[in-house]
Amino acid sequence: MAIEGADLVKAAAFLGAGIAMGLGAIGPGVGEGITASKACEAIGRNPAEAGLITRTMLVGQAVAESTGIYSLVIALLLMFVVV
Amino acid sequence: MIDIQTWVNASSFASAGIAIGFGAIGAAVGEGYAASQAAVAIGRQPDQSGDILKLMLVGQAVAESASIFALVVAMLLLFTQQPPHLINVSVCLAAGICMGFGAMGSGIGSGFPAAAACVGTARQPAAGGRLMTNMLVGSAVCQTPAIFSLVIAFILLFTDFSDRPLSPTWAAILGAGISTGLAAIGPGIGGGLVAKASCEGVARHPANAAPVTNLMLLGQAVTQTTAIYGLLISFILIFRVFPETETLSRPMALLASGICMGLGAFGPGVGEGFAGMAAVDWLSRNIRAAGELTRTMLVGQAVAESTGIYSLVIALIMIFVF
Repeated sequence: MAIEGADLVKAAAFLGAGIAMGLGAIGPGVGEGITASKACEAIGRNPAEAGLITRTMLVGQAVAESTGIYSLVIALLLMFVVV
Repeated sequence: MIDIQTWVNASSFASAGIAIGFGAIGAAVGEGYAASQAAVAIGRQPDQSGDILKLMLVGQAVAESASIFALVVAMLLLFTQQPPHLINVSVCLAAGICMGFGAMGSGIGSGFPAAAACVGTARQPAAGGRLMTNMLVGSAVCQTPAIFSLVIAFILLFTDFSDRPLSPTWAAILGAGISTGLAAIGPGIGGGLVAKASCEGVARHPANAAPVTNLMLLGQAVTQTTAIYGLLISFILIFRVFPETETLSRPMALLASGICMGLGAFGPGVGEGFAGMAAVDWLSRNIRAAGELTRTMLVGQAVAESTGIYSLVIALIMIFVF
């Protein structure tokens, strides 16, 4: 089986896409979980402010999500655009 | 010239080492943590040492099961000879990686509820029975990712892949092992965090045991979802027959889909565990906020899940589009 240059590049791009999305998903997952845990704590202390706390939690999580979306974009670029 | 049977045996023995080497990490850490907290608890309440010791041993026995699964797979790899076919090199490696990494999270996770139950008995001796029940339910759920890994390792070892084309099947099989194995780590730890908070909560207010256990089960169920994604990708990679290919890119796409789902399941599993832990903890302190807490926990967990879903989508694209 002779491996051509273009095929090798394609193989490396797929592997890179998998690693990018896989590792990129770790940070947002943990970070958003910690945000949710602190929001639950705050609601437990002061249930009257549940609406405000949930809103703040969602905004914070949306910002933390951004790096996960970068990984997704890079993975899609590697799979569909680069090769 | 080394013949094929020798390669298969070499792979099988190396995989046995991977299976039990990595598989022993989690249970040892979890049981050590449980023992440390049991010592703290007995120091606080020496009169309760009998009950605390019993809880510690039962909890440790559950945590141990993950590494026993790894031992079983390692023994199988050592003592059953796989037929001389090149694909079996990949099969053995995949089974070893799957079970070795798969036992890690469940072992660590099951240690948390055992530790919390020991400290809880010292604090609230009357709640001993309810604590034991709660701990057993919580740590049993922690074991599910390790059981997924065991199932995949057994399917790999007892399925005959010799009639499939060598390329890309070798990569699909390796990807299947990596997917379930790595995906089991995060949910195992996350489920343990939720169960820990639940044991603490039952000890704090034994009267609120039922709602606390219910919320624990709900929170744990959500943490397990990414392990199920990993299992799903493994099943597709094992049972779908991929046509023979001469290229390198096709097998690499299948391998990468397993790596992507395996790594991607870690973060959401741990993160959702943190969210569930705080929700259960504060439910036991403030039972009147049950509705708000459950809602916020689920919304927060759903957002934390999103990156796990991205990984699933990328893995599925790599399997079905390329």
